[in-house]
Amino acid sequence: MTVSVQLFHRFPGFTLDLAFEAQAGVTALFGPSGSGKSTIINAVAGLLRVDKGRITSGAQVLLDTGLGITLPPARRRIGCVFQDDRLFPHLNVQQNLLYGRWFAPKEPGVSFDRVVAMLDIVPLLNRRPATLSGGERQRVAIGRALLANPQILLMDEPLAALDDARKAEILPYIEQLRDSTPIPILYVSHSVSEITRLAGSVVLLEAGRILRSGTVAEVFSDPGAVTAVGLRDAGSVITARVVAQNDDGLTELLTSAGPLWLPRINAAHGSQVRVRIAAQDVILALSRPEGISALNILPGTITALRLGEGPGAIVQLRVGEDLLLARVTRRSATNLALKVGNTVFAVLKSVAVAPGDVAMQRTVAERLVG
Amino acid sequence: MPDWFSPDEWRAVALSLRVSLWATGLSLPLGILVAHALARREFWGKQILNGLVHLPLILPPVATGYLLLLTFGRKGFVGQYLDMIGIVLAFKWTGAVLAAAVMAFPLMVRAIRLSIEAVDPKLEQAASTLGASPIWVFLTVSLPLILPGIIAGAVLAFAKAMGEFGATITFVSNIPGQTQTLPSAIYSFLQVPGGDPQAFRLVLVSIFVAMSALILSEWVSKAVARRVSGS
Repeated sequence: MTVSVQLFHRFPGFTLDLAFEAQAGVTALFGPSGSGKSTIINAVAGLLRVDKGRITSGAQVLLDTGLGITLPPARRRIGCVFQDDRLFPHLNVQQNLLYGRWFAPKEPGVSFDRVVAMLDIVPLLNRRPATLSGGERQRVAIGRALLANPQILLMDEPLAALDDARKAEILPYIEQLRDSTPIPILYVSHSVSEITRLAGSVVLLEAGRILRSGTVAEVFSDPGAVTAVGLRDAGSVITARVVAQNDDGLTELLTSAGPLWLPRINAAHGSQVRVRIAAQDVILALSRPEGISALNILPGTITALRLGEGPGAIVQLRVGEDLLLARVTRRSATNLALKVGNTVFAVLKSVAVAPGDVAMQRTVAERLVG
Repeated sequence: MPDWFSPDEWRAVALSLRVSLWATGLSLPLGILVAHALARREFWGKQILNGLVHLPLILPPVATGYLLLLTFGRKGFVGQYLDMIGIVLAFKWTGAVLAAAVMAFPLMVRAIRLSIEAVDPKLEQAASTLGASPIWVFLTVSLPLILPGIIAGAVLAFAKAMGEFGATITFVSNIPGQTQTLPSAIYSFLQVPGGDPQAFRLVLVSIFVAMSALILSEWVSKAVARRVSGS
């Protein structure tokens, strides 16, 4: 099912004007604060009235200001998970989970038993939200949204209020959810690594407009997107296959440009993974360096070069079939006479890639679940 | 009991309880509705409604009583129509109910409004995205969460109704056995020589009823709040 969103709304000092589509799987809405991410979520949910817009979910029209159609939130069949869990304090976990069931059309949907099993909330069913931990509450909130049988799932920074340990606790559940439902998921996040792990496509927003949209690999390897993503977070996403677990704690991956050694990745031999490589962790060399501690050296061709206003420059390389971003100084770019078409070697320290930057591909996640 | 109170005193106490219960019970649904509108809705004339609700709080009670007489008296511009269908309020115990309800209304609305404003609107939004229409959102989320406020508002209104004097005596007078409420009876006893002991007994009754109501409401509110928050 395809969700199509077209919105125009004027705020004082800020205009939202955009259109995008989302398919099954996770579509991330990403951009700096105030770029309009939450506005989109609220407009799709029906909690905000926009000046002009059209939102459809499959054949169902949720909003069409041109035709004067505005479905109230209750009739949009949209599941929402917010940063704050918004559980009803006067109901226990089971009553919270079943709240949407009361109102959902009586049709076969996700089964209660399956959802509580998937989210591991069976032991919590008789407890009140006040007695749950942050991670548990957020799991219940996800289950509650799912059990209303939604046609779209909206997740507005569902992990932002949690500490890293709790985030790591919830992420696998969201991955599992993504892989087991045909529902399109719109996912707002500030975190590039979260998006790398979860999303198939990204809509990159800046000041109420779409700057770039496409697959995660396309958008994050685009030098023009670097400023909006943030210099520190900028980096590309490449795909690789696990080929060996070495005895010294490294995992050997094969990319389209050659081998890559990273700190241990817990994935089976042959699994596909996505690895996020931060632009600032990549060093460029004109010839293959020797006598260097960094293990990973990938040959590539410069496909784009973008000089910043400050001292920095962003270089985009094609390495095999993937695109890689490197952030270097303008001085280095001049000294090395970097030009589009040049062949260079990208040097990457193994330890620069954190475990959170590696995502299992869908097929693997399914195999792990099954 | 009969040994302690004269029939007139006893009737005054019973009448006050009856008037206060009816006044509280009848005005509660409207009080919740008005409090909800004032807390959560934007509409034309909101400030006027707010002013009207609060008027009895700031007007001299005797003025409120006089306005009630003008409006609901047998010749009043609402009262004459009520008279046609056989409803007479002025100088009847039902009129005392109306006077007490009007006087207690602002206190009730204020207490309930505060509790509605304390409910996180995000919870109500969450309910609506889960498929609940506005009326169901109110019944299943807002209402249970504001229950402690409703109880507080009702008890406050009951206590105010028990003590209402000015508007009541102006609107329905002070007829023993018919419209003589507890405060009116105290007033009457104070007007006759040697009535002090009777007046004092009724004052004790007033204190007893008011204290019981307050303690009961505190206790119920706490119990309900505990149930609602689940902690």
